[in-house]
Amino acid sequence: MSDHSSEAHSHGSVKSYIVGFIWSVILTAIPFWMVMTEAFDKGPTYITIVVLAIVQIFVHLKYFLHLNFSQQGKLDTYSFIFSAVIIVMVVGLSVWIIYASNAMMM
Amino acid sequence: MSTTHMNTHGAHDAAHDEHHDTGGNTVFGFWLYLMTDCLLFASVFATYAVLFMNTAGGVSGKEIFELELILAGTAALLISSITFGFAMICAHRKNRAGTLMWLVATFIFGGIFIALELYEFNHLIHNGNGPQASAFLSAFFSLVGLHGLHVTAGLIWMIILFVEIVMTGLTGRALTRLACLSLFWHFLDIIWICVFTVVYLMGAI
Repeated sequence: MSDHSSEAHSHGSVKSYIVGFIWSVILTAIPFWMVMTEAFDKGPTYITIVVLAIVQIFVHLKYFLHLNFSQQGKLDTYSFIFSAVIIVMVVGLSVWIIYASNAMMM
Repeated sequence: MSTTHMNTHGAHDAAHDEHHDTGGNTVFGFWLYLMTDCLLFASVFATYAVLFMNTAGGVSGKEIFELELILAGTAALLISSITFGFAMICAHRKNRAGTLMWLVATFIFGGIFIALELYEFNHLIHNGNGPQASAFLSAFFSLVGLHGLHVTAGLIWMIILFVEIVMTGLTGRALTRLACLSLFWHFLDIIWICVFTVVYLMGAI
């Protein structure tokens, strides 16, 4: 614990960085491979790359940014969750509104 | 710490603790700034999502994106993330030479990413597909360019920190600054995941 006393953010170990890195490589390689080889239909490709991107964001948050629910780290995590909610509303609702109005004007 | 035990040694400890608390607050404050930066990126993403179909009769994403180039840039940025992680680990172990070496490695890979992006932009503008050509290209240059500007700022910050660590060593102040830059750098990698997924991969399908 004394290692961490100087930091609000725990800083991870070599192992955790390497685990995160390997996950990231896999989660980056699969979507690029799917799109570049056009091995699958458009629908499944869209869904897969979005899901893998979201998984990769969580991998980065856990292994590189060290977000957690510990006493020290939970404020960071809560502020991130709050921002994520706002972002989903800003992006999701904007896209919804504009696409709906586009559809009505067609 | 109990104030009744305040001798000179205790006072020193108190000052020491206070310093660390300030560092923690600084890092948390920087994290909050990053959250607002997230909102900035979110609004530019929303703009891109709204405008990307409006190509004004010009090129669409599928015609101009070179995924090999993007894959190389993505790899460079990802590698720079892990090298920065190693720099942080060295810094916490008070290994100054290791920290500096990993910072240089991070800078090189970050530089490769920016060089590839500049090459791509230059190539596009040269072929008449600059930001003024269509709403799609305006939104594209804004979003990818905004990320590129952030990475460039990170690289400049890295040079300054490098010089600071060379001159004054791994002081508490330098560690706090490194921790902030580390958050900034990993955060930019997360934004890039969104960029390559939404802009390049979805655009190229």
